[in-house]
Amino acid sequence: MSVEQVLFYIFAALAVMSAVAVITLRNVVHSAVALAATLLSVAGIFLTLHAEFLAGVQVIVYVGGILVLFIFVIMLISIERSIIERQFNRQWLVALITAILLIGELGFVLWRGTDSLVLAEPAAAAPSVLGVSGNSQLVGEALYGQYLLPFEIASILLLVAIVGSVALSKKKTQAE
Amino acid sequence: MVPIHHYLLLGAALFTIGVVGVLTRRNIMVILMSIELMMNAVNINLIAFSGRLGHVAGQVFAIFVITVAAAEAAVGLGIVIAMFKNKETMNINEIDLMKW
Repeated sequence: MSVEQVLFYIFAALAVMSAVAVITLRNVVHSAVALAATLLSVAGIFLTLHAEFLAGVQVIVYVGGILVLFIFVIMLISIERSIIERQFNRQWLVALITAILLIGELGFVLWRGTDSLVLAEPAAAAPSVLGVSGNSQLVGEALYGQYLLPFEIASILLLVAIVGSVALSKKKTQAE
Repeated sequence: MVPIHHYLLLGAALFTIGVVGVLTRRNIMVILMSIELMMNAVNINLIAFSGRLGHVAGQVFAIFVITVAAAEAAVGLGIVIAMFKNKETMNINEIDLMKW
């Protein structure tokens, strides 16, 4: 086994275990910490796929931004109440059936389709992505060239989200 | 080289864990975290194909997914705070104003 394979299986096991911890731990703060472990493991998996820029974005935006926002909100609203409240609802049987159906379906499709995925390995064409001219440069050129319009639409989406969250959490003034 | 269907299986497993979290938990914060888990599963698939096909488009789309996740977290947490001001709870079973 090569280093890449060993790292992938380590990170995959870490990601799955901490993802299970996210949905099973009773304390919300513990869930948030487990989510941080999942996100960092996923960043490691991005590294094994030679997507260095995305691994950086994952760490900075997800762990540094979104997760810190989650923890702020958890701290803002009382944790003590959420610990005494019941954390799981009575739908676990339905959820179990849904999950088994979903993973069975996905696994079946992957198992049947493995042969067709062999086509997706042109090792000769890969070096352009494999960091020869720099992964960040490639992503940046694609983002500001071919995908400029979706990029601008994404920036408008972020603007709308900023305005929406400010409007949601604004205090009502006397005039209103 | 890791075969690509191992990446896809990992994505499927993370997505299913996220679905179970959304269906079984009562705490709205954990439900939002489960949605983030599902988005990460999608990103793993996109980047696995991007790496194996030698095409950068998958990584660009993963950036868009991260953008949507950031917007969703900002608006979702704004809604959680506004809701907590009104009802003093994070339990979704008690938020049933629009339930018939």
